[in-house]
Amino acid sequence: MTELSYRDAVRQALIDALNADERVFLMGEDVGSYGGCYAVSKGLLEEFGPERIRDTPLSESGFTGAGIGAALGGLRPIVEIMTVNFSLLALDQIMNNAATIRHMSGGQFNVPLVIRMATGAGRQLAAQHSHSLEGWYAHIPGIKVLAPATIDDAYGMLGAALADPDPVLIFENVMLYNRAGTRSDTTVDITSAAVRRAGKDITLITYGGSLWKTLEAAEVLASEGIDAEVIDLRVLRPLDDATILGSVANTRRAVIIDEGWRSGSLAAEISARIMESVFWELDAPVGRVCTAEVPIPYPKHLEDAALPQVPGIVAAAKATFGTTK
Amino acid sequence: MTPAKKAKLHLNRGNALDRLKMMIRIRRFEEKCAELYTQEKIRGFLHLYVGEEAIATGVMPALNTDDAVVATYREHGHALARGLPMNAVMAEMYGKHEGCSRGRGGSMHLFHEPTRFYGGNAIVGGGLPIAVGLALADKMLGHQRVTACFFGEGAAAEGEFHESLNLAALWKLPVLFICENNLYAMGTALARSESETDIHTKAASYKLPSESIDGMNVVNVEAAARRAVAAIRADQGPYFLEYRTYRFRAHSMFDAQLYRGADETKEWEAKGPIVRFRDWAVTAGLIHAADVEAIEQEVSGEIAKAVAFAEAGTWEPVRELTRDVIAGGKL
Repeated sequence: MTELSYRDAVRQALIDALNADERVFLMGEDVGSYGGCYAVSKGLLEEFGPERIRDTPLSESGFTGAGIGAALGGLRPIVEIMTVNFSLLALDQIMNNAATIRHMSGGQFNVPLVIRMATGAGRQLAAQHSHSLEGWYAHIPGIKVLAPATIDDAYGMLGAALADPDPVLIFENVMLYNRAGTRSDTTVDITSAAVRRAGKDITLITYGGSLWKTLEAAEVLASEGIDAEVIDLRVLRPLDDATILGSVANTRRAVIIDEGWRSGSLAAEISARIMESVFWELDAPVGRVCTAEVPIPYPKHLEDAALPQVPGIVAAAKATFGTTK
Repeated sequence: MTPAKKAKLHLNRGNALDRLKMMIRIRRFEEKCAELYTQEKIRGFLHLYVGEEAIATGVMPALNTDDAVVATYREHGHALARGLPMNAVMAEMYGKHEGCSRGRGGSMHLFHEPTRFYGGNAIVGGGLPIAVGLALADKMLGHQRVTACFFGEGAAAEGEFHESLNLAALWKLPVLFICENNLYAMGTALARSESETDIHTKAASYKLPSESIDGMNVVNVEAAARRAVAAIRADQGPYFLEYRTYRFRAHSMFDAQLYRGADETKEWEAKGPIVRFRDWAVTAGLIHAADVEAIEQEVSGEIAKAVAFAEAGTWEPVRELTRDVIAGGKL
């Protein structure tokens, strides 16, 4: 067991991947000389050189498409799009090429590409730098979408993504980079959700930056006699229905906590799946705690008010019990 | 063949016949496609290359079999010239399982792994970054290969055009950029959409060697392509060719061509690549009128076989709908 930060875990994963396979390289804005916008790739340029730690111009579509081409050409590229906000400039390449080529070519070509990007709000960066669009990406067939919330996942998901023959998007929540913890030696999969806290009264379903708020809310609920199970989705596409539905069938209540906006959200999708499959097991309507439907404002008090927070999660969980608790 | 040998164009009877035959193959194939479209055998979008055949025909012989090709949604000519079997291309036009993309792509998405034909990209400009990446892989892996990327002049208005030219030049990548300037982006004339209508000068601004060439003359097309490919293989980085051409047919089968007059089209047809090369080669004594007749007959037979192949083709079973979305076939 080693104590390290989430940032260090991602960096170590990059180092190990670069050492393990010479086809792997990292490409993106400020990944080299600057050391990464979030300092994830600090020191890598010196260790691996400018060919494999490749700084790019501010051409998100260009270098993301180049990553797709390089993957088609036999490499294992890791494209870093600085933040999800800028990934909109690469959306054509991700959706129209990375996600379609295997199917559209009749299985002749595949795109073993990993795209990493930071996501989420909470740093007072205002409306254009605070998006949580991973739920949008989870809409797209042909790609996998990961949201590591723990140190083990921050480390382990990168290697698993590189081993995957298809495009994998990894969303790293900006509020997690400084989070410290220990890393175990266990390998991780990129297929299943994880139960982070076992409980019997209600299932709280979440991912990424909201996991830690949800676990905190679960402790508050415990102090009030409600034993919450907390599911960390980990993989936003494809969703691990078995874990989600199994838990809800057992607890008979569910609240979904999602940093995306409520309308058309991943939370809406999960809620629908619960209705479709375990409706008769439910004792209460499924609840949701999402980001308020506003462009994220700059002042801290307004930003806090817009995002899912512990009191809101606790309140939503209690609401599923009506007036009984 | 060595790069130096390939760089020079020796026009003899044999390759004159080859070039003429390829242009006629593409022309007649597409005319048949247009006919099949009216019979509803081919559906969706159908973008014909008629008038532009000299470009694909002239560029492909400059490439090696292990080079890569990235094309657009107007790529039937490129596919045939690159060596995709006509049967598989026609079956793909029908959407049949025996098509070169298992019928999933149709006219706009011809793919073929054996010839390294990477589509068939139907978002204007979308293929350029992919070509950059393929060339980046070749460079990093030490392969001495070229990636040829075809696109229309409409792509010059897209950000991806500029991003890709810059990346390729910055990283000295072996990409041959081929702009097929047919003067209209769908219905928008070049002069109505670009402040600088000399497309190749845009490439020059990214420090790519660039040339503007008569794209209706297959000999000029091939000579320029061989020159460019030789420079790329000599590790001089990317190269940009702008071929001036004209699309004789509508943009797609839905286009009423309100944006141009019939006179203009007629004028261009008179200097079309097939008549021009045929007449020149006959006058030069390289080929004879009987050769042309023989080519027409042979091509006609090949097309009839391709149509029969497509007609006899099967539909992919619906149970395979989700196969190859990702590996393993599950969503």
